[in-house]
Amino acid sequence: MNTIALVGNPNSGKTTLFNALTGSNQHVGNWPGVTVEKKEGNFKFNEKIYNVVDLPGTYSLGAFSEDEIVARDFILRGNPDIVINVVDSTNIERNLYLTTQLLEMGAKVIVALNMIDEAKARNIEVDIDTLSKKLGAPVIPTIASKKKGIDELIKKSVELMDEETDYKAHISYGENIDREVERLKGFLTDKNLEYPPQWIAIKLLEGDEYIHELIKENEDLNFPDDFKNAIHEFNKNREDYELEIIDKRYEFINNITNVTVKLPDQAKETLTDKIDKILTHKYFGLPIFGLIMFIVFQLTFAVGEDLFGELTVTGIEFLGKIIGNFLIKINASDWIVSFVTEGVIGGVGAVIEFIPLIIILYMLMGLLEDSGYMARAAYVMDNIMRALGLQGKTFISMIVGFGCNVPGIMATRTLEDKKDRMIATLINPFMSCGARLPIYLMFIAAFFPNRGGLVLFSLYFLGILVALLTGKLFSKTLFKGEPSYFIMELPPYRKPTIRNVLRNMWDNVSEFLKRAGTTIFIVVTILWILAVLPRGVEPYSQDSILGKIGMFIAPIFKPAGFGTWQAAVGLFSGIAAKEAVVAILGMVYAGVEEGAELVTALQGAFTPLSAAAFMIMTLLYTPCAAALATIKKETNSYKWPIFTALYTFFIGWIGAVLVFQIGKLLGFS
Amino acid sequence: MSGKPLVRLNPGDDAKVERINAGWNATKRLYEMGLNTGAKFKVVKNDRGPIILSLSGNKIAIGRGLAQKIMVNE
Repeated sequence: MNTIALVGNPNSGKTTLFNALTGSNQHVGNWPGVTVEKKEGNFKFNEKIYNVVDLPGTYSLGAFSEDEIVARDFILRGNPDIVINVVDSTNIERNLYLTTQLLEMGAKVIVALNMIDEAKARNIEVDIDTLSKKLGAPVIPTIASKKKGIDELIKKSVELMDEETDYKAHISYGENIDREVERLKGFLTDKNLEYPPQWIAIKLLEGDEYIHELIKENEDLNFPDDFKNAIHEFNKNREDYELEIIDKRYEFINNITNVTVKLPDQAKETLTDKIDKILTHKYFGLPIFGLIMFIVFQLTFAVGEDLFGELTVTGIEFLGKIIGNFLIKINASDWIVSFVTEGVIGGVGAVIEFIPLIIILYMLMGLLEDSGYMARAAYVMDNIMRALGLQGKTFISMIVGFGCNVPGIMATRTLEDKKDRMIATLINPFMSCGARLPIYLMFIAAFFPNRGGLVLFSLYFLGILVALLTGKLFSKTLFKGEPSYFIMELPPYRKPTIRNVLRNMWDNVSEFLKRAGTTIFIVVTILWILAVLPRGVEPYSQDSILGKIGMFIAPIFKPAGFGTWQAAVGLFSGIAAKEAVVAILGMVYAGVEEGAELVTALQGAFTPLSAAAFMIMTLLYTPCAAALATIKKETNSYKWPIFTALYTFFIGWIGAVLVFQIGKLLGFS
Repeated sequence: MSGKPLVRLNPGDDAKVERINAGWNATKRLYEMGLNTGAKFKVVKNDRGPIILSLSGNKIAIGRGLAQKIMVNE
C-alpha cells in the first residue's frame, strides 16, 4: 500500500487536514519505543486505498525532541511515497523553514498551502505558481476546515507517486559550508548508514547530537582520519556552523518569499489582536482564565452528570436486571450470576456511567484547544508559575491531566527543559482526573447534594494548589538549576472545527472505553475473586480476602476519620484503577454497584466531615497503575514511579488527616 | 551598534534582531521560530509576564528572562 506522510508546524491545521483526508478511517497508537502518539488513517481514490500517517507537529526536524526525531525518522526510513507539508498561509516564511528541511532530505514533497482564506482576509497575496517553481514542489491551496482543495491534493499526491522525480533542493549554505558538505559526503557514500549521505553531512555540520552519536556507533566502518578530524573540528565550532546553516535556510526562503508573497503594508488590527487585548490583559487575563475553568466544570457537572449521567445509570441497572433474570432463567450456577451481575456489569457498568461526563469534559477542553485559547492560558499563568519555579506551559499539561493523568503526563513532552518536564510529570497526579470524578459525585450525592459544583471546584482547585506547591518544593530541592526559557506561539483565534473537537473527544473516550473493557475488567475480576474467596464466606464481607486486606490497611486511616475496612478496600482498588472505586464501595457497603442504595449506605458509614477527608484522600493519594506506568515510560526508570506512588500517598494522608482533625476542632462532624 | 535588550522596547516599537546571547537550545528554538538574526518584528505587549512579539502578524510570546538576552535595534 502507498503511504502519505503529513508534516507541518503546530497550529498549521495539520490535524484538520488529516481529518479531512481520512474521515473516520483512522486509529491512534504509539510509535514503537517512544510515547509519541501515532495517528494513522486511509482514504480511497480510484478504487485504491492510500495510507496516511500524521506525524507530530514540529517547527523543525532536528534532534531537539522525541517528536522531531520520530517525524524525521519516518520520512527518511519509513519510505513514505509522498510527504504532504502543511503550510500555514498566514505565516509562510516560518513554515517554509520546515519545508527546506524536507527538501534537504530529498523527500517527495507536496505543499498544502492551508488556510488560504485567512491569508486573503489579511490581504496577504501569494503567487502560487512561482512559489511552486522556486521550491521545486507542487503547491496546492487548501482550506482544510471547509474541505476545500482536498481533492486536488489527493489527485496531485497520487499523480506524483508514480512520477520519477529526482528533486534535489538547491540550498546553498555559502561557499565554505557547501564545500564541507561535499567533502563529508565523499566519506559517507557507500557506508550504508540508513540515511542519505548528503543529509548526514549537513546534520554533522549542524552539530546534530543524534547523528554524531550514529557516526560514533559506526566506528567499525573505518572512516579515514581526515573525516574524524573534520568531525572533531565541527564539534568545536558547532554553534557557528549551525546558526549559519539556519540563517542560510532563511536566506533561501526569503529569496523565494520576496517575489512570491506580498504582505500588506500596514497590518490591520485583527480580531485576534482585539480579543487578546482582553484575554491576555495585565489584570483581567487571570480572573478570566479562572472563570473559564469554573464554567467548564459547572457545565461538565450539569450536562454530563445531572442530565445524561442519570439516564445512563437507569439504562445500566435495567440491562443488569435483564441479564440477571436471563441467567437465572437458564439455570446458570450462582457464581456465574454473581460474577456477571456484580463483577462484570457492576464493575464495567460503573465506568460506563461516567462516559457522558467525560464526553462533555473532553469536548470543552477540545474547544479551548482548537480555538487557540490554551496557549493564552499558558501565557497568563506564566507569571504565577515562574514565581513557583515552574513555567506557563507546565500548566497546559496540568489541564490535560484533568481529563486523564496519562495524556497529562505525556503532554509534558512539550516542555523542552528536562528539569521542567520532570517536575511537571511528578505533580500531574494531583490534577484530578476524570476517573476520580465518580467518587466525588457519589459522596456529593450523599452529603452535599446542593453544593455539587462548589465542592467539585474546590477539590480541583486544591489539586492545583497542592501540585503547584509540590512543584515549588521540587524546584528548590530535587531539580535545582537555572530557570528555563519560555517561547511559545500564540496562534490566531479560530472558530473551532466541530469535526476536530469530536474527533479528539472520541479518541480519548474510546481509549477510556478500551480501558474499561480490558484493564478495568481485569481489575474488577481480580477484586471480585478476592471478595468471594475463601469459599463459603459471605461475598464482600469482612471475612473475604478483600475484607482482610481492608482490615489490615484500615488502621492507617483512623486519624482521617474513615478507618473502616470498606473504605480501605475502596482506596486499595483505586490504586489499580480509580474507576473501580465506586463499584467496590458499592459492593462492600450495600451489595449493589451504584445508585440510591449506595448513597444511603454511605450516609450511614461516613459523616460529612469524614466524607470530605475521604474525598481529599481520593484527590491526592497514589495515582492509578496506568499513570504510574506512564511515569515509568516517560522517565525511563522505576525510581520515579515508586517515588510518586509513595509521596502522593503521604501527601494525601496528611491532607485527609488535617481536614478531619482541624474540622473536628472547629466543631464540624 | 550593539543594540539594546528586547525587554527595553515599548509596545508598538518596530525592531530587528541584532544578536541572541541566550543558551544554545533557546537560541536555536528562537531561530527556528523565525527570530533569527535580522528578523524584523513589532512589540505587541510588554507589561507583565512574557513579552508578545508580532512577526509579520504572527504572535510569539517570549519570557522576560530570555528577552533580556535578545539584543535588538530599533
